[in-house]
Amino acid sequence: MSTDSRLDTSKIATTNGTSAATTSKPGAAGSLATWADDRLGLAAAMKKNLRKVFPDHWSFMLGEIALWSFVVLLLTGVFLTLWFNPSMGHVTYEGSYDQLRGVGMSESMSSTLHISFDVRGGLLMRQMHHWAAMIFVASMMVHLLRVAFTGAYRKPRELNWVIGCVLLLLGTLEGFTGYSLPDDLLSGTGVRAADGFLKATPVAGAYMSFLLFGGEFPGESIIPRLYIIHVLLIPGILLALIAAHMLLLVYHKHTQWPGPGRTEQNVVGYPMLPVYAAKAGGFFFMVFGVIALMGGLLSINPVWKFGPYDPTKVTAGSQPDWYMGWPDGLLRIMPTGWESVIFGYTISWNVMLPILIVPPLMLVVLMLLPFLEGWITGDKRDHHLLQRPRNAPTRTAVMVALMTFYGLAWAAGGNDIIAIKLHASINQITYFMRVAIFLGPILAFWITRRWCISLQRHDNDKLLHGYETGIITRSPDGAYAERHLPISESAAYTLTARDRDEVFHAGGDTDAAGVAAPNSRSERVRARLSSWMYSNNVQKPTRAELEAAHHHAEHEAELTSGLDHPVDGHQFDDHRLRDTDEVPLRDH
Amino acid sequence: MRLLNRTAGRLSRHRRGPLAGLVVLLLGLLISGSLYTALAPAQAQNQASETDQVAQGKELFLASCAFCHGKNGEGVPTVRDGYQLGPSLVGVGAAAVDFQVGTGRMPLASPGAQAPRKKVAFNDEEVAALAAYVASLAPGPAIPNESDYSLEGLSEDERDEAITRGGQIFLTNCTACHNFNGAGGAMPRGGYAPSLHGVEGKYIFEALLTGPQNMPNFSNGNLSPEEKRDVIAYLGSIQDTPEYAGFTLGGLGPVSEGLFAWLVGIGGLVGGAVWIASHTTRSKKSKVDA
Repeated sequence: MSTDSRLDTSKIATTNGTSAATTSKPGAAGSLATWADDRLGLAAAMKKNLRKVFPDHWSFMLGEIALWSFVVLLLTGVFLTLWFNPSMGHVTYEGSYDQLRGVGMSESMSSTLHISFDVRGGLLMRQMHHWAAMIFVASMMVHLLRVAFTGAYRKPRELNWVIGCVLLLLGTLEGFTGYSLPDDLLSGTGVRAADGFLKATPVAGAYMSFLLFGGEFPGESIIPRLYIIHVLLIPGILLALIAAHMLLLVYHKHTQWPGPGRTEQNVVGYPMLPVYAAKAGGFFFMVFGVIALMGGLLSINPVWKFGPYDPTKVTAGSQPDWYMGWPDGLLRIMPTGWESVIFGYTISWNVMLPILIVPPLMLVVLMLLPFLEGWITGDKRDHHLLQRPRNAPTRTAVMVALMTFYGLAWAAGGNDIIAIKLHASINQITYFMRVAIFLGPILAFWITRRWCISLQRHDNDKLLHGYETGIITRSPDGAYAERHLPISESAAYTLTARDRDEVFHAGGDTDAAGVAAPNSRSERVRARLSSWMYSNNVQKPTRAELEAAHHHAEHEAELTSGLDHPVDGHQFDDHRLRDTDEVPLRDH
Repeated sequence: MRLLNRTAGRLSRHRRGPLAGLVVLLLGLLISGSLYTALAPAQAQNQASETDQVAQGKELFLASCAFCHGKNGEGVPTVRDGYQLGPSLVGVGAAAVDFQVGTGRMPLASPGAQAPRKKVAFNDEEVAALAAYVASLAPGPAIPNESDYSLEGLSEDERDEAITRGGQIFLTNCTACHNFNGAGGAMPRGGYAPSLHGVEGKYIFEALLTGPQNMPNFSNGNLSPEEKRDVIAYLGSIQDTPEYAGFTLGGLGPVSEGLFAWLVGIGGLVGGAVWIASHTTRSKKSKVDA
């Protein structure tokens, strides 16, 4: 090979040009990799997957927060199990915390105090575990919102959406079981509430409660049972489902925002190694760091102030952790007297409705969203390009309405804290919420949909009339007008990279031969929903409209062509026509 | 000597005079009165000044309290049956006045769901005078002495036991409204259980005795003076104990914890995601187009 060859092979092989090239001796790492590959055959799999491409956008990293906080949960959780004693056996506390010394309590409470005060780093680990749990569920929810708002749950990702919803449910249950383990006054109050919810189930309630508690509340079984659910059962399912969630992610490939060069067939971004491994690894340390800082600086669940659980005690501000706050809020705003007695059995609608009916119903609605949307649109295509929230106004509005419902119920769960901090009456807050929980989502739906449609119109204005430059010109007859300039080709491509919405029309009740068409009733419902979903949307301009607009803006396009900085206004006057020699006193 | 004899003799001449008896009587009264004033036991002097205090208290009461509580502290009813402008103060005792006026809750700035703690309107002497006047209306709980609510005179172990016992009494009787941390909580219709942080032991004792505003009354039969003392000692101890766990977020329980998880935790981490995503993967310092 000639010396002027652009390929420098001297690092991997030597040759004098007359004999065959001989490979240089591999380094230590290379030998080890070869040794491992000969036995495990990883190279073939790694070759493909280490170069797997991920698109770059901050919102694609929200699910990663959940993944990394789950890792922190596993690490800190293992530490806690080394000292925690999940037993309801009675002991007298004799540890370091003065104010509870000599008080009788369960072994689980006593060992929690032991971890907090007598195990080196124990309180930090406890608080990190708790903060990580709060962040785990919160990040799943933020990730869910990103997926929903961008339409990433459309085919082929519906099942991954369902898995995600199950993960959210399991994360919540895992949080609740963990919250209940210390057997302090706050968690005991929560377990008592859960017992009440079980008992509100018609017919089977009391049996379910006796089964769970191994007898009448509180019994001596509930803490050990919750413990094994918390450290084995749910984490196992969580791990399996997280694995499935991520395998499906790899299989489907990540969605991406539309743009020049990005299609339904490709993924534009950076490879796993070295870029994404570094970014994701760095993000893990960031998540770990934030959780460690919070665990070190911010107090969470100070069980020593609550003291051991005692059914005769309760404290103001007895709330569940935030993710259980919204059913608690629904319970708080529920009118108290809603009960009916059937054959001598009391049906407690006031507990069943806010706890046993609405939350599971909401979860089912959430899981069904992609299927409902798919049925209404009849869209059977794969989608790997995301939609901007404004380009699906009805979906965006539905999500905002659901968020508003959630947010109001959530706020109602903190009605006592809101009352004392804002000097309001807790009764007035409750009355307001009873109305707002119905009106708020409707209002939010309407405002959001109109807002999206306005933004769609704005996009069309940008495509057809250009962007607003902020340059005001005055015409000879004194009128002021703002100059618009055409947007760049790539911006125009991105704005138009979306499908036109097609409203579905049902065929007649009978086919051409006069035979009753199958499913005609459901087809009519579908047509009505499709019209409700799409008929107000603004569609992107047609090719003819764009070309006409382009022709119209030719002069402006010429003025700014080749410009590598934003317009400064002089593109529109005659400055550039003058030579600096002609007008020596002017700067330019 | 002659002079003295002469003077005595001259006085002696009047000893059977018509005014002699009166002069001796006046002289006797003057001497005995002077001696009594100089040597009388202290109690008698207090009695005299307590009367003054009650009189002073009554004057203050008529000026500042009588509008709502009536000129004789009998309370002022409104036209709505069962409602009153101000309740009767007959029998509430000095402790109630010392609590309400001493913490600035009374006089009320404006009618509302509850009297808030505010700047104290009277000085100590005036508060004592008002308390004395109201206490004079009918017997009621007296202002406690410091020995009633302090752990002075107990051994180290007894103190620890008292604090632990006080904590359990606090969690049983007080946290339902005042929260586990004494941070306060909501009551119906705009009322609230105030924060107990930094409240003097005397006022907690008086509040327990007299049950101000929405608070129930914990009489000495219900919660003995020692138990009240223990609760006060526990509250003092949790304020003196360093916050082992860091910033307490207001000590309000899971609501403020959730707020911080979202604002600090998710807020910070989403910021981190934005930061990571907006940075390309250049390894050199010079800028490279990615």
